[in-house]
Amino acid sequence: MTALVRLQGIRRDFRVGDQVVHALDGIDLTVEAGEYLAVTGPSGSGKSTLLNVIGLLDRPTAGRYELRGEDVTLLSDEQQAAVRNRTIGFVFQFFHLVPRLTAQENVELPMLLAGIAPEERAERAASVLDRLGLADRRHHRPDQLSGGQRQRVAIARATVMQPALILADEPTGNLDTHSGAEVIGILEQLNDEGITLIVVTHDTGIAGRARRRVHIVDGAIQSDQARDPAHGETG
Amino acid sequence: MARPGDVAAFALGALRGYRLRTLLMLVAMGIGVAAVVVLTALGEGARRYVADSFASLGTHLLIVLPGRAETRGGVPTTLMGETPRDLTLDDARALLRSRHIRRIAPISVGGSVVSWRARQRDSLVLGTSADFLAIRRWSMRRGRFLPRGELDAAEPVCVIGETVRRELFGVTPALGRWLRIGEYRFRVIGILSPTGRSIGVDTGELVIIPVASAQAIFNNPSLFRIIVEARSREDIPRAKADIIRIIRERHQGEEDVTVVTQDAVLATFDRIFRALTLAVGGIAAISLGVAGILIMNVMLVAVTQRRPEIGLLKALGAAPRTILLLFLTEAALLSSAGAGLGLVVGQAGSWAVRLGFPVLPAHAPWWASLAGVLVAVGTGTLFSLLPARRAARLDPVAALARR
Ligand SMILES: Nc1ncnc2c1ncn2[C@@H]1O[C@H](COP(=O)(O)OP(=O)(O)OP(=O)(O)O)[C@@H](O)[C@H]1O
Ligand SMILES: [Mg+2]
Repeated sequence: MTALVRLQGIRRDFRVGDQVVHALDGIDLTVEAGEYLAVTGPSGSGKSTLLNVIGLLDRPTAGRYELRGEDVTLLSDEQQAAVRNRTIGFVFQFFHLVPRLTAQENVELPMLLAGIAPEERAERAASVLDRLGLADRRHHRPDQLSGGQRQRVAIARATVMQPALILADEPTGNLDTHSGAEVIGILEQLNDEGITLIVVTHDTGIAGRARRRVHIVDGAIQSDQARDPAHGETG
Repeated sequence: MARPGDVAAFALGALRGYRLRTLLMLVAMGIGVAAVVVLTALGEGARRYVADSFASLGTHLLIVLPGRAETRGGVPTTLMGETPRDLTLDDARALLRSRHIRRIAPISVGGSVVSWRARQRDSLVLGTSADFLAIRRWSMRRGRFLPRGELDAAEPVCVIGETVRRELFGVTPALGRWLRIGEYRFRVIGILSPTGRSIGVDTGELVIIPVASAQAIFNNPSLFRIIVEARSREDIPRAKADIIRIIRERHQGEEDVTVVTQDAVLATFDRIFRALTLAVGGIAAISLGVAGILIMNVMLVAVTQRRPEIGLLKALGAAPRTILLLFLTEAALLSSAGAGLGLVVGQAGSWAVRLGFPVLPAHAPWWASLAGVLVAVGTGTLFSLLPARRAARLDPVAALARR
């Protein structure tokens, strides 16, 4: 069976003035469908850059990236946009909800971009929000929601297209412990249902819950470990 | 790909989300379109005013002027260094030989002091013949017009305008009184109805006497011009040819008159005013160009303001051309609304002009309104192309980053 994500010799250089920063310095990483992966590392080590490359938001300077066996670095911008729309869901540290749209409209956005009919959009958005305990918040705008609720709306938006992969960059970075735990719980539950989950985090507690932990230093993978099975399953 | 309806709804939502910006651009566009509508309405109104005035002159008329002239454009200018032969009453009479000519009215004019008892005023004295009334389509308020008879019969009768009557006679009945014009005395036999506007003359100010009398008063045997009415519109060209032939025969083969047809004069004015309207409309359209530049700048600011949103849309799977489409749709909606607003304001403005100046039929020509709207929507959308492309090319990582 082909891996969901296969990175080989991925490099990403940033040119700053006449200096070159090697944000990713030869990453080899394979992620199978259904995995739950935590990416850790010191600030500036390249975690976000890695996630952006995997999410097709950024193009690597060199290397090969296969998504479900297809070399996606060869795709045009338009084609990559379509892949993002159908296959990948993002959860950001700063939620990134559109402030003028209600929770439901925010969740409908990816479906709107996919050209799904309004009735179906409304139905699917409502059911996902319902599942995440936001049924009575559907018509609230982001500024009327708490941080935890906002992040749950963002998760609803990331999952409504039923993607194969969810990429979360410090999803709890802006939340208190309680809301953070709630959000991680939801993400893990989605992983239990088969969605591949990659979470970038500084929180060792959260990292410790993932079944696999990749530690990055200076743009290179320093360790890649499966969790001690003695910890047992959660959720 | 997003559905067109959804794209429009999303763009509309964005416009509603940034009210001040939206209002600003609406006003800019509105002013531009309103300016086009009002200014072209004014130009068109002036053109129609002149055209209507000409129409009130009577139909299928030709005017014979002494002197050979360049008739390009229809407004004659006598050639330098040429002394034209007089245009005489006999010339005028001879024109009636043409079967394409229904009637003629020789004209001799001059200014003179007109007085009755102690009251006097300067007045325009017009010498002509009985047919003048019918040719000009004027009518009598009281009494009758000049009597029919030989053109060279200098009968001492006159017809006066309403203003002249009021100023000289006041409440005294004027008919039958003897007016003094220069050295001569004339009996008032009729009073003209005040007509509407008519090119160049105010009928109220006129004193009309037989042409032979006028020639005597002004001591000038040459006519100022001859007004000729052709039998029909179709007869105008042949009437013109006949006039030139007859006069040339009478003037020893010399073609020394100018025949101006009403159509030609009208066409000239028409051309002038159309050009004027076009020029004024064009200047107004420049304000639309300025509005376009404003739109471009505001859209550029909007793109910068909404970087996170654009980055998000890209992350959610919006292709560059979808982003482009979203922003262009925003601009198109905005400029359409602005143009609509301008159209309404412009129509209201034209209406106000008509209210203030009833003589000016200030209606914007449909093509000017259409062009105004098209230019508005065109520049609005075109000038948004650059900002929209900038948005479409935005790097999603940079756009999403919190800096
Ligand atoms: N657009 C850019 N231009 C220049 N340098 C960049 C750019 N983006 C990232 N970098 C550099 O690449 C390196 C990796 O950045 P990245 O954001 O991936 O780190 P990170 O591991 O996510 O850090 P943090 O934990 O603070 O979020 C850093 O040295 C950063 O300065
Ligand atoms: Mg980061």
